[in-house]
Amino acid sequence: MSSQSPARGPEGAPGFNLRKAISSFDLGKIASRYGILFAIIGLGAFLTFADKYFLTVRNLTNLLVQISPNGLLATGMTFVIIAGGIDLAVGSLLALAGMVFANYALIDSGVPVWVAAIVGVFVGAGLNAVSGVLVASFRVPAFVATLAMMSMARGFLKLYSRGGSIPGPSNSFADAVDVLSFGRIFGLPIPAALFLGSLALAWFVLTFTRFGRYVYAVGGNEKGARVSGVPVKWVTFWAFVVCGAYAGLSGVVVTALNSSAQVITGVGYELDAIAAVVIGGTSLSGGRGNMMGTLFGVILIGLISNGINLLNHLDVMKALGDTSATQDVIKGMVIVFAVLLDIVSRGRKA
Amino acid sequence: MATSLLQAISIQKTFNGVPALSNGSLNLRPGTVHALCGGNGAGKSTFLNVIMGLLTPDGGELLIDGKPHEFMGPAEAISAGISMITQELSLINDLSVAENIFLGRQPVRFGLVDHSAMRLRASELLQQLNFDVPAEALVGDLSVARKQLVEIARAISTNSRILIMDEPTSALSERETLVLFNAMRSLKAHNVGIIYVTHRLRELFGIADDYTVFRDGRFVESGVITDLDHDKLVHLIVGAPLHNHQAANRGRRGDRRLAVTRLSRVGEFTDVSLTAEGGEVLGIYGLVGSGRSEFLNCLFGLTRAHSGEVAIDGERVAIRSPRDAMRKGFSLVSEDRKESGLVGCLNVRENMALSSLRRLGSLVWVRRRAERAETARMKERLDVRTASLELAVENLSGGNQQKVVFARCLLTKPKVLLCDEPTRGVDAGAKQQIFGIVESFVAEGGAAVVVSSELEEILQVSDRIIVFRAGRITGELSRADASQEALMRLAA
Repeated sequence: MSSQSPARGPEGAPGFNLRKAISSFDLGKIASRYGILFAIIGLGAFLTFADKYFLTVRNLTNLLVQISPNGLLATGMTFVIIAGGIDLAVGSLLALAGMVFANYALIDSGVPVWVAAIVGVFVGAGLNAVSGVLVASFRVPAFVATLAMMSMARGFLKLYSRGGSIPGPSNSFADAVDVLSFGRIFGLPIPAALFLGSLALAWFVLTFTRFGRYVYAVGGNEKGARVSGVPVKWVTFWAFVVCGAYAGLSGVVVTALNSSAQVITGVGYELDAIAAVVIGGTSLSGGRGNMMGTLFGVILIGLISNGINLLNHLDVMKALGDTSATQDVIKGMVIVFAVLLDIVSRGRKA
Repeated sequence: MATSLLQAISIQKTFNGVPALSNGSLNLRPGTVHALCGGNGAGKSTFLNVIMGLLTPDGGELLIDGKPHEFMGPAEAISAGISMITQELSLINDLSVAENIFLGRQPVRFGLVDHSAMRLRASELLQQLNFDVPAEALVGDLSVARKQLVEIARAISTNSRILIMDEPTSALSERETLVLFNAMRSLKAHNVGIIYVTHRLRELFGIADDYTVFRDGRFVESGVITDLDHDKLVHLIVGAPLHNHQAANRGRRGDRRLAVTRLSRVGEFTDVSLTAEGGEVLGIYGLVGSGRSEFLNCLFGLTRAHSGEVAIDGERVAIRSPRDAMRKGFSLVSEDRKESGLVGCLNVRENMALSSLRRLGSLVWVRRRAERAETARMKERLDVRTASLELAVENLSGGNQQKVVFARCLLTKPKVLLCDEPTRGVDAGAKQQIFGIVESFVAEGGAAVVVSSELEEILQVSDRIIVFRAGRITGELSRADASQEALMRLAA
C-alpha cells in the first residue's frame, strides 16, 4: 500500500523530512537499476557453475562480438525511444546497409572497405531521414512511418540484390572485411570495440550535449518542449537519422561477421533492439532512460542466448527441444519482468 | 451527533516516516457545503484520498451517519455514498450525457441497452437536480462547467450523499462558476453534503456554509463561514499575515518595449492594438473564449497571425515559432504548466535551464557548471522550495512548479514576459510570491503582460488593464480607475 509518494515531502516544510524523502526516492531508483545488474550477475554465476566454458576469456570475447550487432541497433534505438518514438525499420535498414556495404566491399569493386562501410552507414541514416521527416514534419505516428520504412527497405533490398546474396559464386570480399571481423583494437575484437565505442559516444551525446538534453525534453513533454523553445522537429528528425546511422553500422558489422549479405538478414532484429532498450529501463512513453541501461539490456539478452547455446548439451535442454524457441520464451519473460519492475518502482514514486 | 453526515477524527498518514497528515478532522453536516482550506502541503489531498479509500490511514476514525466506517478501498467508499469530482474529468467525450451518467449500469431490455429508458431516466434526474443539461447532448460539446454537472449527476445517480469537489472552478470562467454554484445549491436542497476545496477563497463566501482549515498536516480551526472574512481566512491558512504588494507604487516608466498594431487571427481575435512599457505590468482581462489566451499564444508564435504587426523595442518582428519568439525577447508562462510549461520527468535544474541551453553552453555542449550556478541562483531568488535541483519537477507542489516555470522564462532574459493565468492552482502564499516575481521583473526594466480570469488577481498585479470581449479590446483602465465592477461591465 504505497501508491502515494515518499517524494510528497517537498510539498511540506523544508528540512529533515525532505531529505529523508529524497533519500528514499533515490533508493527506489537504485533498486530498480540494480535489478538488471542482479539478473546479469545471477545468470552469469549460474552459467559459470553450470558450464566450465562460460567464464573463459574466449567465450566472453565471443559473447561481446555476438551482442555487437544488437548493441549497435539498441544504441540508436535508445535515442528514438527517449525522444518518444519507436523505430521498427532498423532490422530492414541493417540488412540493406549490409548488402550495399557487401557490394562495395568486393575485391573487384575497387572501393576501399572503409569507404564502403561509410556508404553503409549513410544508407541507414539516409533512409531513416525519410522516416524522420514523416514523423517530425508531417506528424505521421512513428510506429506507422517506420513500419512502412521496414517494408520499403526490405523491398529495396530485394530489388538491389535481385534476390541473391553477396558475395556471389564468382567474386569474394576484400581482405579488409576479414580484418573488420577478426581484427582487434586494444585486445578487443573490432565489432565489440565498435559497439562499445559507439555506445560511449552515444552516452556522451545524450548526457552532455544540448541535443541530448533536447531529446529527453521532447520525449518527456513535446508541447512543453515546444513552448520552452526546443526545436522539436529538428530534434525528432535527428534522433531518427542517428538511429538509422547506427542501424547502418550494425549492418556493416553483421556482413563482416557473416562474410556475406543475405536478403533475409535482420528479420525481427528490431524487436531484440527494442527489448534491450526496454529491459534497460528506458520508458517506451519517452523522456526517461539512459545508455548504461541499454548496455545492460543488450548484455542480458546476449547472456540468455549464449547461455542456452552453452547448455545445449544438457539433458534438460534436449528435452525442451528447439533451442531458439526456448530462447524466445525466456527473452519474453525477461521483458515482462523488466517492464513490471519499472512499473512497480515508478508506481512507488508517482 | 445526529446532524453529522461524515465525521473524520484526527486521521493520520505518514509516507516513509514523513507525516503528511497528523491530525485530519472534519465534520460534514447534511445539506451543507463545507470548505476545506489550506495551502499546498497542508494535507488536504492526503485527507481526501483517505476518505475516498485511496489511501489507508495510520490512525484516526471515520464516522458516516454516526457509524464507524472501515477504511477498505475506493469501492467501499463509493458504496458508503462518497464520490469525488476532480479537476481531471473522467467522462467520455464521444458518448452522450445519458450514456455517461449510466455508464457501466445501462438499463437493459432483451439483452440490449434500452436507450430510450436511459435517456428518460437521465433527463428526469437532471431535471430533478435542476441542472440545465440536455440528456441527449454529446459530452464533448459541453462546456467544462456543464461537464462537471454531468459528473455530479452521475455521482448522485449512484446514491452518493457525500460529494468531494477538489478545485472544480479552477478551469471555469466567472459565469460558468455561477452555473456550478447553482447546481451545488440545488444539491444542498437534496440533503447532499459537499466537501469543497478551492484556492479561490473569495468564492467560498458565496457558496460555503462551514469551513475547516488545515495547516502543515494539522487541523487548525473550523466553524461557520459567516464568522470569517477573506483576510481572516487567509490568516488562518497562511498562519502569518501577508503583506500586501498592492501598496507598491511603481509609477516610473521606461521605454516602449512592446507595440502590437491591429493584430488579427480569424476566429480568435480581431484588430488588437496595445503597447507595454518597461517597468509596467499590463493586465489583460477577459472571460474564457474572449480571445485573451489565443492572443498571447499568437504573440508567442504558437499560432500565426493573419494580419497586423508586432514590434519589440521599436523594431518590427516576424515570429514564426516559440523558439523565434524567445530569440526576439519574449518568454511565456503558459496557462497549463503540466501540459505545456514543464517537462515533468526532467529535474528542476534541467527544466529551469531548458530554454537557455544555448546561453549556458556552446553550440554543442551544455556547460554543467554554468547551468548549475545559474539555476541555483534562480532557486534562491524565486524561493523554489525543493530539497535539491536534481529532483524531478513533477514531485514539486503546484506553487513551486510554477516558480520553476518562471525561473525557466527569466533565465532567457526576456524583454517582454507573457504570463497566462500565472497563479492557477497555486496556494495563497505562493501566489503573493509570484506577484512579487513579476514586480521585480518589471522593476528591472522589463515589460510584463499578465492574462487572468480572476478579477482579484488582475487588479492586484496590473498597472493598466485591457479588457477583451469576443476577440476585441473593449476598454482600457488605469489602475486608479479599475474596479471589479468596471472590469466585469467591459468583459461580460
